[in-house]
Amino acid sequence: MTNSTETKQALLASPLIRQYGGIVISLIILCVVFSSISPRFLAFNNFMNIMQQVAVIAVAAYGMTYVILLGDIDLSVGSIIAVAGMVAAQAFAMGFGFVPTVLITLAAGAIMGGLNGVLSAKLMLPSFIVTVATMGIYRGAVSLPTNGAPASIENETWLAIGSESWLGLPIIIWIVIALFAINHIVLSRTIFGRRAYLAGGNREAAIYSGIRVDRLKIIIFMISGVMAAVSGILLSSRLSSAQTNAGMGYELDAIAAVVLGGTSLAGGVGTMVGTILGALIIGVINNGMNMLAVPYFYQLIFKGIVILFAVWLDVRSKSMRT
Amino acid sequence: MTVWPNDPVLEIKDVAKTFGPVTALKRMNLSVRPGRMHTLLGENGAGKSTLMKILVGPFQPTSGAITLHGKPYAPKNPIEAKALGLSIVFQELSLCRNLSVAENILATHEPNKFGFIRDRDLNAQSAQIVSELGLPVNVRTKVGDLSIAQRQLVEIAKGLSRPADVVILDEPTSSLSDSEAEILFTIIGRLKAKGTAIIYISHRMEEIMRISDDITVIRDGSFVATTEKQNTSIEGLIALMVGREMKDIYPPRLVERPSSAVKPVLSVENLSETNKFDNVTLDIRPGEVVGLFGLIGSGRSDVMKALFGFGQPRGTIRLNGEPVHFRSPADAIRNGIAFVTENRKEEGLVLQHSVERNINMVALSRLAGGFGFTRPARERASAKAEVLRLAIKTASIETPAGSLSGGNQQKIVIAKWLQTQPKILILDEPTRGVDVGAKFEIYRIIRELAAAGTAILMVSSELPEVLGLSDRLVIMHNKRVAKTLDAQGVSPETVMTYAAGMHQ
Repeated sequence: MTNSTETKQALLASPLIRQYGGIVISLIILCVVFSSISPRFLAFNNFMNIMQQVAVIAVAAYGMTYVILLGDIDLSVGSIIAVAGMVAAQAFAMGFGFVPTVLITLAAGAIMGGLNGVLSAKLMLPSFIVTVATMGIYRGAVSLPTNGAPASIENETWLAIGSESWLGLPIIIWIVIALFAINHIVLSRTIFGRRAYLAGGNREAAIYSGIRVDRLKIIIFMISGVMAAVSGILLSSRLSSAQTNAGMGYELDAIAAVVLGGTSLAGGVGTMVGTILGALIIGVINNGMNMLAVPYFYQLIFKGIVILFAVWLDVRSKSMRT
Repeated sequence: MTVWPNDPVLEIKDVAKTFGPVTALKRMNLSVRPGRMHTLLGENGAGKSTLMKILVGPFQPTSGAITLHGKPYAPKNPIEAKALGLSIVFQELSLCRNLSVAENILATHEPNKFGFIRDRDLNAQSAQIVSELGLPVNVRTKVGDLSIAQRQLVEIAKGLSRPADVVILDEPTSSLSDSEAEILFTIIGRLKAKGTAIIYISHRMEEIMRISDDITVIRDGSFVATTEKQNTSIEGLIALMVGREMKDIYPPRLVERPSSAVKPVLSVENLSETNKFDNVTLDIRPGEVVGLFGLIGSGRSDVMKALFGFGQPRGTIRLNGEPVHFRSPADAIRNGIAFVTENRKEEGLVLQHSVERNINMVALSRLAGGFGFTRPARERASAKAEVLRLAIKTASIETPAGSLSGGNQQKIVIAKWLQTQPKILILDEPTRGVDVGAKFEIYRIIRELAAAGTAILMVSSELPEVLGLSDRLVIMHNKRVAKTLDAQGVSPETVMTYAAGMHQ
């Protein structure tokens, strides 16, 4: 055995590097490439920009992490993001204040997510099919109150979420960080989180071990719905309105972020840390290419290639153990 | 009978295999002669799986030499091995459930013209293979519609679909009934007559002694001895395998069995579930081992599931005299019932998770702190204690459960249930696919638990095991209890006649 392979093995022996090595390297490579082309990329302000752009995807991806961990998928989050914005706009129009509107919006997310969960768990339908259907249903429902027209939101507290700062950081970033901390702790340090890992790893064994897998699935889809509703709040606040096509295709970015973060689509393996790193990669790509004024269609092509590369790097670094 | 040349067709010489610092094989020797059945015998973890992966890929030996027909032999995968004349039948079923028997048997070498498969040729060719082997299956049937035993026979047909000089059979009888095993033995006889060498892996000592010609014992990754069958005995082989004499495989009771005056902790009266079981009555006292015996299809598995909160049985289940109704496994677990399931890979373990997580799987909330938070230090300590108590052989508690040997995996399943400190422990085939050493330790655990007052309901299709451990027997036939009797001094023949329904 040569020296270089020994160092390689020693490096890979550290579980942290093994787990996040591939994705962190991808992130660094992207940052080096972008900053060498555009010096503005590394500025602190730009970092704030990236975080703000990433926020909507990251929060939806938190919810998606539980779903994918369970071996399921939620394709309806993009539509839920739009419904959440519209629900908020309507609630304000009816004269509700800020706090009640937030609660109503989150409840709407919980109901839509819960419906996904109930349909999948109780009718034993694959979540892929259920959420393909509800993706369309929820997307259509957005237009019901306004016949397809956007609705503006004028509540100042609501708009402050997307525009104001607190202690030098945009409020939106505080929300991303706080929700990361909560979801990370729930997933890694609670019985609930552990049950998600177990049920995702082996559904049968989880049932025989007394885990109520159906109930768990419903709760997890509700969480995904609530997280998507928070994303909807952030997005509508930045846009100062509820758009009927808001969040279109965001479910795919959220899924990409989760998978980039090393969560297995087969279930049972994954972390929130990975998800936030995955969301950052997607944010860095979007931001870097916008800064370089790359046409949108090239962005799509490049983003797809980077996702393939990062996932390949990740799979490779994990299989080097054997 | 033809006498085949004495030169080995396959020879393995001083083969070793290491993975970094870990030694999987220390020194392996095996020489297989044509027309003979050579049994490879060793405990789980002795190195059989590694040896198989060297013989059909993807492993390469670190040192040593393998020759097939005198030529160096190093295949990269099973398909290459097959082309060189070595075929393997896996213990883990490798069939596609949605495809027909014919499609499975001829998978990877379907008769075709320019890549188009002609169903007629496919069915005819596979039907010929099946009828030559004497298998009772229709080649057009979907594999998913076959029983596990029939699938195993199809698996064997798949392995033999091309002529091979050496055939490896990895625990082929573990899911076969006696009559199906006979079909397999006939096939083996025919293969031997054609000069095929067979490497046979099994834990069933009786059948090994019956059908082997040569037996090689391995232990801890090393070759121990090769002997011809007539020169050895079951006791001798076990001693070679475990490296010590094993006088009595069923350990004696640690305390007196509970008297009939002791009130049962669990009693079941007239329990019925449509199409599953009918009018089942049984009870278990604390500290008692009750054996539930029945042939496949007798309803015994469904009775156990009903006691664990599955289904909607009618009738009464009493716990300490109080009627109870379990709506889910969670309900049953809360009431002190534990269920060591039959298939550890499907129903028992999360294979990619660590030993620690698997051990703590059921007792999760018991080990947790307030507000649903887990307590990592407590979980680690508790998992370590179980690893020590049950002598689970693992590098650490962080090791993925799937990388342990079958016997140690089974001990993890038992450990996860012991964590809940059950009052009633249901064991479904607790020693299936487990080697002799681990079996003995599982028997010892059962005795200790009974001595501590746990009521144990054990199901096993190995009659000697049921008779060796049980205090009382409940024998089921055709979805009903055929007989309940004291296990003391009962002969296997008596039990079988009840199980076969000959006492009605």
